[in-house]
Amino acid sequence: MPISSSPIPVLPDSNGSVLSVKDLLFDYPDGHVALRGVSFTLKANDKVALVGPNGAGKSTLMLHLNGILQGKGLIEISGVRLTRNNLPAIRSMVGLVFQNPDDQLFSPTVFEDVAFGPLHMGLPEAEVRARVDAALEAVNMSAYRERLSHHLSVGEKKRIAIATVLSMKPQILILDEPSAGLDPRARRLLINLLRDLPISMLVSTHDMALVKELFTRTIVMDDGKIVADGITAKIMNDEKFLHEHGLEKP
Amino acid sequence: MHSDAFDRYHHGHSLIHHIDPRVKVILTLALIVSNVMLPDGAWPAFTLMWLVLLILNRVSGLGFWFTFARSFIALPFALAAITVLFSPQGNSVLSIKILMWNLMISDYGLIHFASIVVRSWLSVQIAILLVATTQFPDIVHAFKHLHVPAILTTIIAFLYRYLFVLVDEVLRLLRAREARSAAASGSRSAGGVLWHAKVAGNMAGQLFLRSYERSDRIYNAMLARGYQGQMHTLNPHHYHLSDWLTLGASSILIIILQWIGRL
Amino acid sequence: MLFSPAPPMHIPDGFLSLYVSAICWLVTILVLSLAISKTNQSLGERQVPLMGVMAAFIFAAQMINFPVLGGTSGHLLGGALAAITLGPWAGMIVMTAVIAVQALLFQDGGLTVMGANILNMGLIPVIVGYGFYRAVLNRNRIAKLAVTGVAAWLSVMAGALFTALQIWLSGHAQLDVIVPAMLFVHIFIGIGEAMITVAALSFIMRTRPDLLGEESESAKAGGGWVLIGLAIALVVILLSPFASSDPDGLERVAINLGFINTSNAAVYNILPDYSIPLLGQTSSSTIAAGVIGVMVVVGLAYAAGRFLQKKKV
Ligand SMILES: Nc1ncnc2c1ncn2[C@@H]1O[C@H](COP(=O)(O)OP(=O)(O)OP(=O)(O)O)[C@@H](O)[C@H]1O
Ligand SMILES: [Mg+2]
Repeated sequence: MPISSSPIPVLPDSNGSVLSVKDLLFDYPDGHVALRGVSFTLKANDKVALVGPNGAGKSTLMLHLNGILQGKGLIEISGVRLTRNNLPAIRSMVGLVFQNPDDQLFSPTVFEDVAFGPLHMGLPEAEVRARVDAALEAVNMSAYRERLSHHLSVGEKKRIAIATVLSMKPQILILDEPSAGLDPRARRLLINLLRDLPISMLVSTHDMALVKELFTRTIVMDDGKIVADGITAKIMNDEKFLHEHGLEKP
Repeated sequence: MHSDAFDRYHHGHSLIHHIDPRVKVILTLALIVSNVMLPDGAWPAFTLMWLVLLILNRVSGLGFWFTFARSFIALPFALAAITVLFSPQGNSVLSIKILMWNLMISDYGLIHFASIVVRSWLSVQIAILLVATTQFPDIVHAFKHLHVPAILTTIIAFLYRYLFVLVDEVLRLLRAREARSAAASGSRSAGGVLWHAKVAGNMAGQLFLRSYERSDRIYNAMLARGYQGQMHTLNPHHYHLSDWLTLGASSILIIILQWIGRL
Repeated sequence: MLFSPAPPMHIPDGFLSLYVSAICWLVTILVLSLAISKTNQSLGERQVPLMGVMAAFIFAAQMINFPVLGGTSGHLLGGALAAITLGPWAGMIVMTAVIAVQALLFQDGGLTVMGANILNMGLIPVIVGYGFYRAVLNRNRIAKLAVTGVAAWLSVMAGALFTALQIWLSGHAQLDVIVPAMLFVHIFIGIGEAMITVAALSFIMRTRPDLLGEESESAKAGGGWVLIGLAIALVVILLSPFASSDPDGLERVAINLGFINTSNAAVYNILPDYSIPLLGQTSSSTIAAGVIGVMVVVGLAYAAGRFLQKKKV
């Protein structure tokens, strides 16, 4: 499979969406049904929160968005349907950051980890180095280039984890619980970072204060389905609804 | 205890820290081979080797006695060679009677035994100097560039990365076991060997499954960043003049050592 | 010692002659190249992170200990467990990585003798462990667990025997001392290994039977492993008593092969009264001791299997 070295520019499709998911169904090999028909769209430069109780299927949904899990249904990235054949191109457009930074950072050093994506896109060495520097700069971690991953604190790991996908210059950023386990200062740094990144993003989280502060739109999932998709302020004010789905008003 | 205690690298900016890791790996191996090749009783050569080591310790900013202080790890193994003390060759220097055994230590045996221990003890110091002045990932890179098969170096890199994560997990499991066996004292904690083995086995099994599932998530994270079955890395190292000079100087040292050792 | 569950087995530099080190490297490199080419052929890309994390697992799991008799503790060495869960080829590569890191990073085992250490602790235990397990692949759970226990014990004993032979061939110990001494120490290390391996395998069988199912690497390797595993086990059982009771026989072989020169030979008879309890003086009594040892371990493993079966949580 050839790797396209120049990423396809992501332009909104005819409806203005960069990501669209229709009727996504998925069950794990052990028979557990994790997604029961999920549909939503993301417009260019949308920043959307994804909330829901443990086991709602948030992580499972995110794993579908760049083809790591493949369920039934339709996923389109700027109008291009995700199939087995265009996975490499799609994966450089949709940057997915996993829930646990120890899974995301699998290389011994920070440099190697941030370089992993661009290297595997087949970019030349000079370009790889430039992208590593730019990505570390973007998350304010330039000084950590030569550090060993296992020496980093949780907050540092989380930010390097974001850098590992920023170096691929994705058009859409998918973050799974980026603020979990952070102290207030690290959390504040992360919020500022997410606010300033000029890129579409879907962020799953249990941190309702973060949702309220950062996202105008929220998607609520429960038991493998989307139970609400709308303006954050409205959803946050419906205490009864929040309670029904194991959530709390911030 | 925390897994950080496992770090062996001591950060520094000495000459030795800056030598290309490939050169350091080759020199470490060459010095150890040279050391193992020295004949029994080559005391002047052993002494010279040790002096050189002490100086290298100093130059690398670790402190004169750094490798010496950490070199006793190989000594327990000396027990395996202790029987050569009682070699029938040479003259008796000491004879001990223990129970029904009449043990005679010969001068030949003494020299042979001491030489084995000294060789091993010097070799350990050379290896300690390498890891104290070179980041482990650089050592792995060096092996990769020295044509060790990629699958081995890749697995060693993963091992190094997750060593710390999994050791922390083990320490948590061990602590949990301790806490629980204290709570249940009197009942099961004084259980038989089989019971203890079963608890330990369950811990190992649980760690196995967690590791297995973790490797799945890591694989996903790799896929998400374009992995398609081949691991690519950059070559971050270039030889400098100082590297060649180091190689030259060390070759001369080895020749001198071997010559002195055979005088 | 934290990193040496079995210090007597991590040979440091200087304890083997260059000649013996080189031969061990040669054997190790040959077997490993075979393992690498097999894994490259047959394993999916998923296997790389799996083997990497499993190597870290073995390393970390070696720290799990449990009290045995009189203040000593049992440990996992992991050769047999790696072989059974990952299949023989991947098991060898994983154990090699573990031993390499122990030597490189922690000086636990030497660098020039790493070939020997990989052979003794990485390759032999995997071959013995997998060979036995493969023989009962399609049998019931208790048979599998019992045989795994025996295999784990024998895998440690085989490694110990090879270590002893290498030290002797290097001229650094006497055959009739080093062999019984190494084996004696490892009888107990082996029992610890057997118990914890059986318990761990039983746990995995209970919680994730699919990992050991028909589709797994663990079930796919050929029947030839049974023969090789049994052959090595046979060498241990036959050679150990022979080496400790009739060292001149082996010594003659070594001299004929050019391993040791005649001046180093005949060092065996300086301790005429030397004997190790349990392993007696005559070959018949040592063989008897060996057989009894095997039976004890089989019995223990069977009991452990029953015990674990009964106590299903
Ligand atoms: N590998 C797997 N095999 C089987 N079931 C799984 C697997 N991974 C997740 N599940 C199940 O799928 C459901 C959805 O899991 P998922 O991880 O997507 O939830 P989540 O919304 O991300 O939860 P959390 O907030 O705890 O991260 C859960 O019930 C979970 O138990
Ligand atoms: Mg999740």
